Amino acid sequence: MSDPVKVLLRNPSREIEIPGPMSVTKLLRKLDLNRESVLVIGSGTLIPADSMLADDAEIEIRPVISGG
Amino acid sequence: MKCRVCREPAVIALRRHNANFCSDHFLRYCRQQVDRVIDDYDMFAPGERLLVAVSGGKDSLAVWDILRELGYAADGLYVGLGIDDYSDVSLSFVTDFVSRHGLELTIVDLADSYGFDVPSAAEATGRVPCSACGLSKRHVFDKAAVDGGYDAVVTGHNLDDEAAVLYGNVMRWQVDYLGRQRPLLEARDGFPRKAKPLVRLTERETAAYCVLRGIDYQVEECPMAIGNKHLGFKEALNLLEDRSPGSKAEFYFGYLKRVVDRFTDFEDRGSLGTCPSCGSPTDAETCAFCRLVSRTAGHSQPVAFTTRNEATVRQH
Ligand code: SF4
Ligand SMILES: [Zn+2]
Ligand SMILES: [Zn+2]
Repeated sequence: MSDPVKVLLRNPSREIEIPGPMSVTKLLRKLDLNRESVLVIGSGTLIPADSMLADDAEIEIRPVISGG
Repeated sequence: MKCRVCREPAVIALRRHNANFCSDHFLRYCRQQVDRVIDDYDMFAPGERLLVAVSGGKDSLAVWDILRELGYAADGLYVGLGIDDYSDVSLSFVTDFVSRHGLELTIVDLADSYGFDVPSAAEATGRVPCSACGLSKRHVFDKAAVDGGYDAVVTGHNLDDEAAVLYGNVMRWQVDYLGRQRPLLEARDGFPRKAKPLVRLTERETAAYCVLRGIDYQVEECPMAIGNKHLGFKEALNLLEDRSPGSKAEFYFGYLKRVVDRFTDFEDRGSLGTCPSCGSPTDAETCAFCRLVSRTAGHSQPVAFTTRNEATVRQH
């Protein structure tokens, strides 16, 4: 039995779940996000695009444009 | 993916430099970029007192943190804009940062000090919120720096901001603005010196800096930013950057190196008088900020939440 990857999206904040394991590159493609315009964050650090997300990972995908 | 410096696993890839960095070496890269800008433009002398304009966003907190790390004496100034919850949340990120590092912060609340906030000013003037907001922030920063005896006002403008503004000014051939678009503006005519030490870092890099330094910041966009023209220019530049990494930096730094001096003559250097109401330098009778204050009088009573929303929607 495998857990889903929990993904927190921002602007506005919302959470989605996707079946893991999955590579960051594949996840961003699936969500139609450009890897230059977001940061993938987990456990207080950056997760590079070539990483694999374990099936119980909890991550945040944060747009780099923010503020006013 | 390995760090360019130490060959340990990298956490970030910077396409425009064709380089990957681990956390430590990325943070070092950010400090070096800021140090280089300060050096290239002779921004600050040792021992000078700096006033950082902080909003609670990534850029202003990053620049404050890096200046501290580089050993500069920098205090913060936060302007309360009264933009609903957005302003309250933004301030909480600033106060968290301040108490964590034991820093000095001055808070100027527009409503308390001048009787209006950004939504009510937008309504009173019938212009986009960003125009009253920008005018107010500039006035408060300038005044606080001069009154507080600071040597310079520091803002967190990054490479994306500056390239987008440049693009916008070129598109409209705003020759008077083009001459002034520099990372450093010397003090003159009663205005303080203004410095932008982050111009060598992109917004992706300042955001990554904050994450890796454990700095929490306001991630949400300002609800009044919708319709802000700069966002369109940023998107256009990002398309070019995507096809050809490094384009943004080439556009902006090429301008600084080879073009900006040619626009200096277009700068309006007419002599400035003194605003009778606040004492700020101005080219008109009363300064633009004091005119805004009097225009908003009467609109300054607490504006109902629904009215604010309607006012925002009208701006689109
Ligand atoms: S987006 Fe506009 S209204 Fe919001 S903080 Fe920035 S300048 Fe002010
Ligand atoms: Zn390294
Ligand atoms: Zn005035």
